[in-house]
Amino acid sequence: MSSIGITGFETRRRFSPTLWMGLALVGLQLAIAVLALVWTPYDPTAMTGGRLEAPSWLHWAGTDRLGRDFLTQVMLGSQIALLVGSGAVLIGGIIGVSLGLLAAFASRWLDDALAATLDILIAFPTLLIAMLVVAASDQASLFSAIFAIGIALSAIVARLTRILAKRVLLLDYITAARTSGTSWPGIVLIHVLPNIWPTLAVNFALQFGLAAIAEASLSYLGLGAPPPNPSWGHLLQEAQGTVYTAPIGAFVPGLALVLLVVGINLLADGLRDVVDPTQETSR
Amino acid sequence: MTHVPWCCKSEQRQIGGWPILAYTVRRLIILALSLLIAAMALFVLLRLLPGDPANALLGVGATDAQIAAARAQLGSDQPLATQFVQYLGNIARFDLGTSFVSRASVIGEIGNRMAVTVPLTLLGFLLALVIAIPLGIIAAVRAHTWYGWLISVVSQLGIAIPVFWLGILLVTAFSINLRWLPSGGFPLRGWQNLGEAATGMVLPVLTVALVMAASLLRYVRAATLDVLGSDFLRTARALGSGFAEALLRHGLRNGAVPVISILGIELASTFLGAVVVERVFSLPGLGSMLLLAIQQRDYPNLQGVLIVSTLLVLLIGFFADLLQRLIDPRLRDRARGAA
Repeated sequence: MSSIGITGFETRRRFSPTLWMGLALVGLQLAIAVLALVWTPYDPTAMTGGRLEAPSWLHWAGTDRLGRDFLTQVMLGSQIALLVGSGAVLIGGIIGVSLGLLAAFASRWLDDALAATLDILIAFPTLLIAMLVVAASDQASLFSAIFAIGIALSAIVARLTRILAKRVLLLDYITAARTSGTSWPGIVLIHVLPNIWPTLAVNFALQFGLAAIAEASLSYLGLGAPPPNPSWGHLLQEAQGTVYTAPIGAFVPGLALVLLVVGINLLADGLRDVVDPTQETSR
Repeated sequence: MTHVPWCCKSEQRQIGGWPILAYTVRRLIILALSLLIAAMALFVLLRLLPGDPANALLGVGATDAQIAAARAQLGSDQPLATQFVQYLGNIARFDLGTSFVSRASVIGEIGNRMAVTVPLTLLGFLLALVIAIPLGIIAAVRAHTWYGWLISVVSQLGIAIPVFWLGILLVTAFSINLRWLPSGGFPLRGWQNLGEAATGMVLPVLTVALVMAASLLRYVRAATLDVLGSDFLRTARALGSGFAEALLRHGLRNGAVPVISILGIELASTFLGAVVVERVFSLPGLGSMLLLAIQQRDYPNLQGVLIVSTLLVLLIGFFADLLQRLIDPRLRDRARGAA
């Protein structure tokens, strides 16, 4: 995987501007989310102004249709986006990596069956699978959204893990480990995972962005965490109804979401250059 | 026109004719098996959903006898294996039952809704191709100019924009500020009211096309960059082709192969992702039928939409694979070698 010592790659292994920009954007969101834990401009449920006020010094992003401060809602929304993103990647990562490793180590028949199933699942967008998982759960909640998106992401992770693991398993040192009597959990922990984690980590970052968009879409469709959870998708759905009188409401949450996803994508690109110099960047 | 004398096209076609047939047959078998697996998965999924369909059919306050009768009518009192065989038989006859809520035939409703979703997806797809292919090629060929760079940056931004937000922004710009187009809705009489239906479709199609173009562009650009660095392009140039001619004659066909499999996936996911766009513009399409079915726990409608869209997704994958083999003889030869 790593080709250390080949000239020309050395310079690219340093932190690139891409990575710094990604870190800055994601770090900003993280700081806002943490800040919102202890302080918001106003009480999120209190009516602190008139209905659908335009931005002013008192309310930087105006107020919503109940007169609540909109900036407060958007700040709390970043908590939800980050929470759902990390929760979904965690669930998708655990299920996906396990399934992928299982397929890579399984008999040919099981491997083929798993690979075919994953191929079909991947043809369906994350959002659709998440919608069906939400439909199958009794009540929509923040956890059902995290779980649904995690399940939907796991197919993508599983397919990637399977391909990466199979590539490693073909190498000579695996044969050596096998002949020397290393058990297969030992092979996974000592040889496979350390070799595939850099690529997986980059992929997890991309999945995080997908999860944030999927969460906003679920909430926009009314299938996410129920109100008063100020998910960006939910805020946008409400703001769409009042876009004639208060266009700012339809702008701020979307911008916050795009900045987060762009940040994550840049972070993933930059990370790829650092951890895995053999891969071509998309730039 | 460069002609390579040692490569006899007619002969190649003759030999190439048979493996493609063998491949088609093999791929058809895979298609049938995938359909069976998908049907099984849907069968299991729909039985995992909470609530008894009989209750959903009757509503609150039904007696035990009524519930038993409803179960007998639905067949949900039969053993699972029998239910599965019945279910497969129904699908094969395109009998998808009737809606719990509206009592309308599911397949008829799907037909009506497809009249919105299929044009939306296909027009969006075509427009995306028209935008993404030339811009992607320019972004690759002119990678070191400011506009090549700008195209790449804009497409990077584009893949981070959620579909529904783009839709809302377009509505704000074109319906509310400029008042050029309606902000949503579809005439009751559908396409018979052509003018209103067409103007209602402009913004949804544009939304679908822009989102799709952003992600397609990146693949077209990557494929073109691969072609630009290839030996065959250098050979064609050495044999006297102009740059544009070499790119069109040799590059297009080579670059198209990886792009087509992506196109298949994109087309399928746009078709299924229409649920969000249809919600933004309140269009009565397949996606809003799915959303409504989930909200109302209308299982026959839910099952019907899922079966039909799975079928379409698998068919798109089938044709994408076949098209790739038709364009690239190397893939055919590999298939023959493996068989």
